[in-house]
Amino acid sequence: MAAAAALLLCALLIFSGGPARASEETSEASPAEHEVSGAGNETEGGSAHGEAVITTLPIVSWKWEEVEVPYLVALWILVCWLCKLLIEANHHVTEYIPESALLICCGFILGGMIWGADKVQTFTLTPRVFFFYLLPQIILDAGYSMPNKLFFTNLGGILVYAIIGTCWNAASLGLSLWGCHKGGAMGDIEIGLLQYLLFGSLLAAVDPVAVLAVFEQVHVNEVLFIMVFGESLLNDGVTVVLFNVFDAFVTLGGAKINAAEIVKGIISFFVVAFGGSLLGFVFGLLISLLTRCTKKIQIIEPGFIFVLGYLAYLTAEMLSLSAILSITFCGICCQKYMNSNMDESSVQTVKYAIKVFANGSETMIFVFLGISAIDKTIWVWNTGFILLTLLFIMVYRIMGVFFLTWILNRTRLVPIEFIDQIIMSYGGLRGAVAYGLAVMLDETKIKEKNLMISTTLIVVYFTVIFQGVTLKPLVQWLKVKRASHSELTLIEKLQNRAFEHTLVAIEDISGQIGHNYMRDKWNKFEEKYMSWFLMKPSARKKQDRLFNAFHQLNLKDAMNYVDEGERRGSLEFIRNEGAFIDFKKKFDDEMSEAMPDIMADMSDDHGRAPPKRRDTVPSVSLELHEQSMRGNRAAEDFNSHHLLQQHLYKGRKQHRHRYSRSHFDINKDENEVQEIFQRTMKSRLESFKSGKMGVAPPKTITKHTKKEQQSKMLNGKNRSYLSGDEDFEFSEGDSASGYDASFPTRVAYRAGDGIENPAFMPDVDPSSTMHIPPWLADVELDSVAPSQRAQVRLPWTPGDLRRLSSLRTSVRSSDSFQLTDDRQGDRDELPPPPPPPPRRDGDSV
Amino acid sequence: MGSSSSNLNTIPNSQELMQETGFSAAHLLRLYERFEFLDKDNKGHLRPEDFEAVQELSTNPIGDIIIGSFFSPGQETVDFPSFVRILAHFRPAEKNRTRDGAQPEPANSSTGKLKFAFQLYDRDRDGKISREELLQVLRAMLEMQVTEEQLESMAERAIQEADLDEDDAISFDEFKKSLEKVNIDHKMSIHFMK
Repeated sequence: MAAAAALLLCALLIFSGGPARASEETSEASPAEHEVSGAGNETEGGSAHGEAVITTLPIVSWKWEEVEVPYLVALWILVCWLCKLLIEANHHVTEYIPESALLICCGFILGGMIWGADKVQTFTLTPRVFFFYLLPQIILDAGYSMPNKLFFTNLGGILVYAIIGTCWNAASLGLSLWGCHKGGAMGDIEIGLLQYLLFGSLLAAVDPVAVLAVFEQVHVNEVLFIMVFGESLLNDGVTVVLFNVFDAFVTLGGAKINAAEIVKGIISFFVVAFGGSLLGFVFGLLISLLTRCTKKIQIIEPGFIFVLGYLAYLTAEMLSLSAILSITFCGICCQKYMNSNMDESSVQTVKYAIKVFANGSETMIFVFLGISAIDKTIWVWNTGFILLTLLFIMVYRIMGVFFLTWILNRTRLVPIEFIDQIIMSYGGLRGAVAYGLAVMLDETKIKEKNLMISTTLIVVYFTVIFQGVTLKPLVQWLKVKRASHSELTLIEKLQNRAFEHTLVAIEDISGQIGHNYMRDKWNKFEEKYMSWFLMKPSARKKQDRLFNAFHQLNLKDAMNYVDEGERRGSLEFIRNEGAFIDFKKKFDDEMSEAMPDIMADMSDDHGRAPPKRRDTVPSVSLELHEQSMRGNRAAEDFNSHHLLQQHLYKGRKQHRHRYSRSHFDINKDENEVQEIFQRTMKSRLESFKSGKMGVAPPKTITKHTKKEQQSKMLNGKNRSYLSGDEDFEFSEGDSASGYDASFPTRVAYRAGDGIENPAFMPDVDPSSTMHIPPWLADVELDSVAPSQRAQVRLPWTPGDLRRLSSLRTSVRSSDSFQLTDDRQGDRDELPPPPPPPPRRDGDSV
Repeated sequence: MGSSSSNLNTIPNSQELMQETGFSAAHLLRLYERFEFLDKDNKGHLRPEDFEAVQELSTNPIGDIIIGSFFSPGQETVDFPSFVRILAHFRPAEKNRTRDGAQPEPANSSTGKLKFAFQLYDRDRDGKISREELLQVLRAMLEMQVTEEQLESMAERAIQEADLDEDDAISFDEFKKSLEKVNIDHKMSIHFMK
């Protein structure tokens, strides 16, 4: 692998040899500047091509100039990613040394090779490339994946560190260096007070890229993480302002600075920071609104956040507002609405794509930080200046953090611990933002620009490499509270919610207006107006976090269940596979837009008042399903098709692959699916009828159902079933689809409440189910439409849940399948597991 | 009401209360003002109706349950000391104060906080959260969005997650264990204003 990389690199160097010499006069050529010079070349080359006299038709021709710039860019991306691949292949190394440090070292090597070949550094990180092409996606990712609640809970502290802390760092560093300069510690260099302050301001900010890279690998507790990370994101506003202000001051010269200018500087801080945030917020709203109506263009739906996020960044840059703040808040603001507006697969796409971009460009940034160092022209050594800078950065960071934390802890509910403060001070990593700003300095105004660049580079290397490497042992040694990577449990979620409500209630009772009160107010406002405005109506329905957690957990269980079954290759798994499919689908149905309508319908039908809804839709798993089946026909078809394809039609399977740029096409041909389905149903039904019971026309069965239902209700088992009306409607509406054929069985299932498999129908002697041969069981399974099996209420019945979760919590049983069978065997003896809760009583309370 | 409660002497047993709950005099005064404010007819104690008069509470899904937690079983009223003792559960825990073993666990320790949370569920105070008790809280919190059956299976699931001895109920120890990863101090503390 190393050989391959080296080879590629050699190829790269050979190719780049030509253009490099061409652009030698610009000492810091870069892809971006190449673009300019390359474009020039191209036009020249083009005209040359035009003028070239063709004597014969060239079969192939060498057109390096035409592809040079994109080719180099692509090649560099590849090389950087290969570096990462190499590094990550050595897992034992990355355990001790953070990836970012290793990438910088890779950069050193690459830089050395280029230097060896060209004798000049052809490729360096230019501010333009960094700020316009590499940084935005990283920050967008940070904003998009920001844990909002944590962030806003700690926002006060974060702002204090980001604003006051950064100002303090800049001022103290600048003034101290100036003092040392006056004291003669640095020999003879031409830097004035303002230039020191400018230098201080560019080095003041903790770098989001470096912090993220290092802290991601050290799993510190979430409060500590959000403090450091939030600070690194938000201090950009301060840095930009400080940098611009001091840059302007340096240009103006000390004499022209008066109180008015300073006041202007302070005002500009507020404008830049809040303007940037506001702009990001607006763009975030825009994204949310746009994703409300992208149903028809689902394929490009995930692209909007990238385009609009980038636009937010560029617009802020254009208005000289804080671009980082803008794109951060854009991500923070849109994440919730976007994720619920878009299709699930689009959300996944965004999540992955944003990581690809962010991680990819992070890799490139670190590699190029390394490469940029291998350049004789920028290195100016001044021991005093460099060492003092390093020292002051460390010392003032520690002082700042401890002092600010001391102030914050006086009002914080849970004080920041001493150990956490140490890590916070130590985690003050500087990175590419500082370097980018340093390169942007104007050489005509600042004579010692190169000294500043080299000092910045040394500070970056020191913090990223040295502090990065030592941070992990330090965290371990100090026993910093780590993030608990717990598998989230439902009870935790539930309890967290209960805690929230409790705190709000207690604040209300004791008459306090605290965080919880404010958060509660905000949540209510958000729910009422923001969600209404920014979310699709259908998405608003599935907002309940607690229920979503439950949904996720169930999905995971089901997944494990199938995996387990597949691993064992056991028959039980095949028999129960349908359970899995229904499981998923039913949730979808449950959550679909159809829900409120049905609920409304039903309460109307039965003349009940809406507040009693809970009461009126008890066995929703049944009615709901039937109702929404009409609405969710496509999903239904897909599922049945899937099922059939898997088990029945292997031989005659007609797999059509259709290419489409605008759809992921699954075979949705209604007729075809219907046709296959009906044919299958018919043949299955034949065997089914002969095997089970006499056939009756659907309608009479429906009535039958009703009666039987009532008798069941007396048993107290099916207390929640309302009436057969829905069935009736259903059978009329869908009599052609073949679903109705399965009605008789359903009735039977209801009796067996909790039995998920048709093979275990109560009218068959339970003991005999054990003897059903595998092939028969399989047939049984397939003979039942998925919709119908959903009615069996697999995931909902406690018994089944227990069976599912027994897979997960191995405490209960090591062999879940055995358990299933056992349960089947002694079902008769088992008392109904859940004592029917006195629903009506509960309601009347 | 400001004048009547402006000094500690108007509060009965103020010193003991401060000792017991850890509230400062300023806190206590403020809470006393609040207490008097809630106590509309100056009865000297609060009834459930007094709590229900708090506007914001009516929108809180588990408001009723929390109000219920202020009243010990069988009692219809709560006086000021009990009121403060309940609220003391929500004081942030302090690190440095070491208590000798003889004293009972302070209300604001994480166990104390957990105990309070536990008895929000455990309405019949039998030391166990039964399925029905859990269901009641769940129902209150999810109300409109979910159906009864879903609620039931959620309750089932939650109980299973916590239930270690398979008695189909959650005891306090099980409750504590299931939440050991949650930062209780953080989640069950509010900032009492001076």
